[in-house]
Amino acid sequence: MQRYSGFGLVKHALGHHENWERQWRNPEPKKRYDVIIVGGGGHGLATAYYLAKEFGVKNVAVVEKGWLGGGNTARNTTIVRSNYLWDEAGRLYNHSLDLWKGLSQDLNYNVMFSQRGVLNLGHTLQDMRDIQRRVHANRLNGIDSEVVTPGQIKEIEPQLDISSRARYPIMGASWQKSAGVARHDAVAWGYARGADALGVDLLQNTEVTGFKIRDGKILGVHTNRGDIEANTVGCVAAGNSGVLANMAGIKLPLESHPLQALVSEPLKPILNTVTMSNHVHGYISQSDKGDLVIGAGIDGYVGYGQRGSYPTIEHTLQAIVEMFPMFSRVRMNRQWGGIVDTCPDACPILSKTKVKGLYFNCGWGTGGFKATPGSGHVFAASLAKGEMHPIAAPFSIDRFHTGALIDEHGAAGVAH
Amino acid sequence: MFYIFCPYCKEHREEEEFHARGQAHLMRPSDPDNTSDEEWGDYLFFRNNPRGIHHEMWVHSVGCRKFFNITRNTATYEILETYPMGEQPTITAATPDVRHEQGVQVADGGWQTVGARSENKALNEEASS
Repeated sequence: MQRYSGFGLVKHALGHHENWERQWRNPEPKKRYDVIIVGGGGHGLATAYYLAKEFGVKNVAVVEKGWLGGGNTARNTTIVRSNYLWDEAGRLYNHSLDLWKGLSQDLNYNVMFSQRGVLNLGHTLQDMRDIQRRVHANRLNGIDSEVVTPGQIKEIEPQLDISSRARYPIMGASWQKSAGVARHDAVAWGYARGADALGVDLLQNTEVTGFKIRDGKILGVHTNRGDIEANTVGCVAAGNSGVLANMAGIKLPLESHPLQALVSEPLKPILNTVTMSNHVHGYISQSDKGDLVIGAGIDGYVGYGQRGSYPTIEHTLQAIVEMFPMFSRVRMNRQWGGIVDTCPDACPILSKTKVKGLYFNCGWGTGGFKATPGSGHVFAASLAKGEMHPIAAPFSIDRFHTGALIDEHGAAGVAH
Repeated sequence: MFYIFCPYCKEHREEEEFHARGQAHLMRPSDPDNTSDEEWGDYLFFRNNPRGIHHEMWVHSVGCRKFFNITRNTATYEILETYPMGEQPTITAATPDVRHEQGVQVADGGWQTVGARSENKALNEEASS
């Protein structure tokens, strides 16, 4: 692998940037691998990378039906934070945040992780009680989080309308300073390049059409490019997890919904942070390119169409204009929909299944991007050892039968 | 944007008047005292979530406020029928002539598939070069 550096940039400038090495190979599938990862998005690629790098499992294939990072990795609002309420979720997301901090150096790939902070606004007394409870819980778990007053909010984000004239006046917020945003595509590409350099085969345009299961044990997958054998298969397919589970005869407590986001025309720098509001229900940040990145709620119905409905766009922009009245004249440039697999308790599933050797990492719903490194890391540990990693263990699929749910609807930021 | 026929109002109305309420025809366990954790969990949390034909419950929330069912293709978003509560669907995934391929209808009425397909041999060969 060609390492990237400032010196390399200068060297390649002399050659008119025509001699850069390809970032990863496009190999033919082998007959057999130690581990197959189904799904080549951020989480799948991160899993493959950590398997090869930290757990010494190098004979790994990532099977992707389209192209790498072409699903929700390319269709999200890139927010990274860890201010979740419950201990289990806090540990998982904070583990991820710790990995984010050194990710660019680790991957030798600039993922443009920018810790610009996240504000979660409160508009009612109950909002403020919930925020205080969550902030206290965060602090007990070692997650940096504080309650800020409207005056402090004005200093952090001057363009926010904190006046009492607003329909839903802002009464305060929680503030996580170490949160931020990252460049979504670079995360997928960085992991892909890192994994490929360690010997992982990235198989694009390879669609899994079935599982080879005998006596309750996984033996491999059927694909449109032939059968591939492996005794360990990890499915990391976000919105399509349910479809895969069906093939394996497993039922998951998931529903797939379209989640939309929009970006505006590029503006000069105007937002310092990420601002989220559960009550008026919208969130916004500004990319380095200058466009406002905006998201809100899911469409209420099950859908696999990678597009959403107009009423949802309208509600989203109403919320943004409620928080930032000056944006009412900003024109929107693009809109897209990703398929999110929502769980009844707004927490993911990282779990073994009744089929031995078949694992699922899914149900991230509306908040999977922030967890990419952590999810990949703990899932890789689980696949390598055959035993769920302690951070991943509470997210077993059994919790929907035992009742040990981890209710993160309050901290998830998107109602569903 | 859906244009939904309410079987009570007997009218096509816009999606904003309605609310999706999840999978239809869920049966609450008939003998709660002798229902296992497994069965309760399945009833409360586990759903079909198909990519294709799906039966779901909607409510005409700012209209007649009545619940009814829709048979809809979750990949194409085609609404195939609406019917009142208590009735069974006439169209299911097993019905002949129901469109099963994945993809979306594009603006000009054509069909566009999403992701790699087994018949896209040329694409695969190109990718593996």
